[in-house]
Amino acid sequence: MQLQDLYRDVILDHNRHPRNFGPLPEASASIEGFNPLCGDRLTLRLRLVDDRVDDIRFEGQGCAISTASASLMTEAVKGKTRDEALALFDRVHRLLTDDSAEIDDAKLGKLAALSGVREFPARVKCASLCWHTLASALKSPAPLPGPSVSTE
Amino acid sequence: MSTIVRARPPRAFDVDAVRREFPVLARTVHGNPIAYLDNGASSQSPECVIAAVEGYMRRHHANIHRGVHTLSQEATGLYEAARDRLVGFIKAASRHEIVFTRGATESVNLVAQSFARPTLRPDDEILITHLEHHANIVPWQMVAQQTGAKLVVAPIDSRGEVDAQTVEALMSPRTKIFACAHVSNALGTVLPVERLVASARRRGIATLVDGAQAVPHMAVDVGALGCDFYVFSGHKMFAPTGIGVLYGREALLERMPPWQGGGDMILTVSFDGTVYNALPYKFEAGTPNISGAIGLGAAVEFLDSLDLGAAHAHEQALLEHAHAALRSIPGLGFIGTAREKVGLVSFVVDGVHPHDLGTILDRDGIAIRTGHHCAMPVMEFFRVPATARASFAFYNTFDEIDRLAASVERARRLFT
Repeated sequence: MQLQDLYRDVILDHNRHPRNFGPLPEASASIEGFNPLCGDRLTLRLRLVDDRVDDIRFEGQGCAISTASASLMTEAVKGKTRDEALALFDRVHRLLTDDSAEIDDAKLGKLAALSGVREFPARVKCASLCWHTLASALKSPAPLPGPSVSTE
Repeated sequence: MSTIVRARPPRAFDVDAVRREFPVLARTVHGNPIAYLDNGASSQSPECVIAAVEGYMRRHHANIHRGVHTLSQEATGLYEAARDRLVGFIKAASRHEIVFTRGATESVNLVAQSFARPTLRPDDEILITHLEHHANIVPWQMVAQQTGAKLVVAPIDSRGEVDAQTVEALMSPRTKIFACAHVSNALGTVLPVERLVASARRRGIATLVDGAQAVPHMAVDVGALGCDFYVFSGHKMFAPTGIGVLYGREALLERMPPWQGGGDMILTVSFDGTVYNALPYKFEAGTPNISGAIGLGAAVEFLDSLDLGAAHAHEQALLEHAHAALRSIPGLGFIGTAREKVGLVSFVVDGVHPHDLGTILDRDGIAIRTGHHCAMPVMEFFRVPATARASFAFYNTFDEIDRLAASVERARRLFT
């Protein structure tokens, strides 16, 4: 496994220019993700309209993998229903943790760029932090401010 | 008749010869020779330490202090010989002052619970510094909570230094304990512990020095230092994990109640009462880490065989070289620029998160630590979430540091 498999162009691009980065006024849920191992923090804000992710933005400080993963995630789930977004969480979770998981480019789209992460076990939590935070926000849309999610 | 004393020429440190003693340094990682620059987290063991542990496991293992049979006596002899080596290593006054623990962390906890907890009263103060490792913060927070005492934190400056006068100004009649690092694990700063300990003693304040990052780099003389407690871990000084030392002044240890109860720390037990064992066994409840202690004794023997002055000079040369090699990388900033440091550089690179740097360096066979280094208050002070840290031992080379700098530069180009 080469470094280029981890740091693909898509990852580098989303790290340099994260999409949907910044505050989200009128969010219906705000939740914090924290990776105590490396100190990465991320705040995910989303607005659900009719059980659909109408808008989603994130803020925080993290490594390239965690920033790119959050950026890609916001692009991927915007416009999806709660159930569709949770199904995507399951798919990405398998992609990151299960060596035998199929990499279905059609279903994953740009998210397939995260498939190199599973070869770097020390970095899986970097990529999964935002996804766990999203799942938590979708499963229990708490009133502001939401609870905090930890990778530990 | 006069005698002419010629100054000895400075002896060059034979790093190649030293490296041959450390088997792990011969391996490769991802196809590259390993450059092990994470000694601040844990150091590697020389052949003699590995052989001492193996020899004990193969030929002498038995429980200690309680058998009349041959193996038990041999194991006891090896374990206690290790203790004697440690007496000499830090110049303790007697073997009663060397308590084996799991490591520096357990040693601090022992002092917090057995020395501090029974003596602290509400509004008493425990003074520490801003650059402590979590192991020298949290045990004091716990005992403060238990007793109503207050934790007072002496500040650091932008270089990551501790100003002695500032600390002294915080020593008040309410201060009962002063605890500080000898060397900062996150920044490499060497603290003015001689002066700080002397100031505390004059005011009747008990002192604990966390020497975990000092003992691999410098000769320590607890008698000259004058501290009440000195703690360190074996695995940062070329010994196995799970073994460490609490040095305590005998008169204080004598007065302290045991921390944990169990076998070996007693003389007699009945349901009416128990008579505790003498020092240091009073503090070594249960079967200890016998093989670890023997390994630690062997590590001390190894260090005793080195020319420590030459080893120290080599490490300082590595430090200077690292500063020069890394400084030329655009966007690289050093975190912690104390005037007196051990061989350790903590740094950040604009646009490159330390964890990405760690992964990229690992592919080049270079092991560094990335993260908050169990010193989150230090990270907060410098307003960084994490740093990359390269920490050297005497077995590191200039070539390894050149590889470090080249690899950091490659990472920077990838991300910017």
